[in-house]
Amino acid sequence: MSGAAGEETATAAPRPMPSPGPLPTSNRRGTAARSAKVAFWLVIAGLLVAFPAIFTNTTVTTIAVFSIIFMSAATAWNSFSGYSGYVSIGHAVFFGAGAYTLVLIAADNHWTGGYSVFALVPLGGVVSVAIAVPFGLVALRTRRHTFVVVTIAVFFIFQLLAFNLKFLTRGSQGVSTPTPPWFGSAYNDRFYYAALCVLAVAVLISVAVRRSRFGLQLLAIRDDEDRAAGLGVRTTRVKLVAFMLSSFPVGMAGAVWGYFLGSIHPQFAFNPLFDLSVAIMAFLGGLGTISGPLLGAALLESLQQYFAIQYSQDNLYLIAYGALFLVVIVLLPRGVIPTVVDTVRSWRDRGEGLRGRSALVGGARSAQGPAGGLTVAAPNGVRGED
Amino acid sequence: MGTQLVQAVVDGVLTGGVYALMAAGLTLIFGVLDIINIAQGIFVVLGAYLSYVLWSDLGIDPFLGLLITIPTLFFVGVGVEWAFIRRLGERDRVTMSILVTYAVSLILEGILDNAFGTNVFQLRPSYESSSFFVFGFYLQQIYVYGFVLAVVLLAAIYALLYRSRFGASVRASLQDRTAAQLIGVNVRRVSTITFGIGTAVTAAGGMVFGVTNAFSANSGADLISRLLSIVILGGLGSIGGAMGAAVLMLVLEDIVATVWSPVWSPVVYFAALLIVLSIRPVGLFGRTAARAQ
Repeated sequence: MSGAAGEETATAAPRPMPSPGPLPTSNRRGTAARSAKVAFWLVIAGLLVAFPAIFTNTTVTTIAVFSIIFMSAATAWNSFSGYSGYVSIGHAVFFGAGAYTLVLIAADNHWTGGYSVFALVPLGGVVSVAIAVPFGLVALRTRRHTFVVVTIAVFFIFQLLAFNLKFLTRGSQGVSTPTPPWFGSAYNDRFYYAALCVLAVAVLISVAVRRSRFGLQLLAIRDDEDRAAGLGVRTTRVKLVAFMLSSFPVGMAGAVWGYFLGSIHPQFAFNPLFDLSVAIMAFLGGLGTISGPLLGAALLESLQQYFAIQYSQDNLYLIAYGALFLVVIVLLPRGVIPTVVDTVRSWRDRGEGLRGRSALVGGARSAQGPAGGLTVAAPNGVRGED
Repeated sequence: MGTQLVQAVVDGVLTGGVYALMAAGLTLIFGVLDIINIAQGIFVVLGAYLSYVLWSDLGIDPFLGLLITIPTLFFVGVGVEWAFIRRLGERDRVTMSILVTYAVSLILEGILDNAFGTNVFQLRPSYESSSFFVFGFYLQQIYVYGFVLAVVLLAAIYALLYRSRFGASVRASLQDRTAAQLIGVNVRRVSTITFGIGTAVTAAGGMVFGVTNAFSANSGADLISRLLSIVILGGLGSIGGAMGAAVLMLVLEDIVATVWSPVWSPVVYFAALLIVLSIRPVGLFGRTAARAQ
């Protein structure tokens, strides 16, 4: 009886699941696939750690530092916008706030450059979270499209404040950090590892959110907020917490960035292109996945840095950015990773289907498993209850 | 201080008229197509550049030039709608439209930046700095002309919307796209033309903007953030709301500039927006019934 009800509900499921990425668990693929995945990530982590040792050219490592910074920012942005469906174009506020926190404290208190300044990086993150609270409280009460506009508005307020609160931020003349005593590749390497730490935090947060019940609630909000609320998800609180969580790594990334550059100015710390870049990176890689923003950011940021170094044609790259984004939206609306995953999965399904009816039935049964787990939020769901 | 305040209010109302026109275009686009056109700001700048080229290279008076720039921007709008907006599906439509039109605005900005460089331009027709002296207040001629222009165009849009068959189709699509399709409205065509109208008004706004401000390719960002604030404040989809909000915001901005400082006056937009949204999340005249996202 439960089987019949289960199958009925499965076929009656009205909405196609907008798969947000590789499933966290899958009965079909089993532990072999899972340990392959773990091994894969370990290899990637190893490569990332060994990178500066392998590539010692300072140009390459400079590009790498920026790439890691943006990978952190994109992952953190995705932890909120990708999972909740609320596209934020205001995360530059956190980036700039983190940068200014670090630079202002170090500069005003005349710290000597060196490792000690890195201690301010987490502080940049904390300040960002502090900002995220009122920001989120106002912005998250509105629906999605109004939310986007509110984030734009708050961003412009902060940019204006950065320009005009001269006693605090020195306005457009900018602030400089104390210079660390390292040079060349020693300089780059230390910042690379600092950025890598921030990336680790960002990925940890992203994974923790994704695999938790909290993450499921976020995804539920993304799919149908009213239904989620009806099921008992405390939408405002969930969104706010996710917003705060995503602001933390972005603030830290901004702090590392500010220290790396050596001096910051309002129009670069609060750069409207930042949010579009981060959004494209996440979209390109795959919104709502974990590896997506990493891939997208690595690709795009290194490309952008390369162009900036080679050509430094500011307006051309505006056009290129816009054009690239349009291409991504039109051709790969779900991003590289989900498209690749789906293609692989459909090959695999085709292969299995050829192996006989029993496999088909087995496939159908286990298809209910993941679908049931992912269908609207939480714990005991609606499936088969009526 | 009293006269200064009244002057500020008067200036605000006059400039508010032009912003009302542009905001009305933006909110109309949202109402009919369910998208937010971030490129509206850069279209205004494009209109300004077009008016400038016509005026400085061909000696055509900016107001006369509108006869050329308005249709031009109409077709630019239609082109953008056909190329990009049409491909947006129903899912996450509004969010995607924001990102897509943002990308389009970047491309346009890059093109304009390339074509005209980073110098600032301003149209300076003969009447640019003269004023009428009425009841003890100075009314800058260009503001008055701009206001009259805005009123005329808004009246034309009103006539189109409420006195023509096409307008009835537009209003039907505004209320409910699916229902409109069911009764035989060609929503697709209506959408395209509406988008064109929404951008055509930026030609007028751009011309006035170009006379009253020194502009360059990156003036668009400031413009669109104001227009968005106005439109959200008035309530997305409400033309009357957009108009009222435009005048209100411009008046407020001028008052703040007079009483406090011009540097801080842009904050007025965002502060007002945030305050209103905290109290009434759908804006002053927005519909409380949530549109399907």
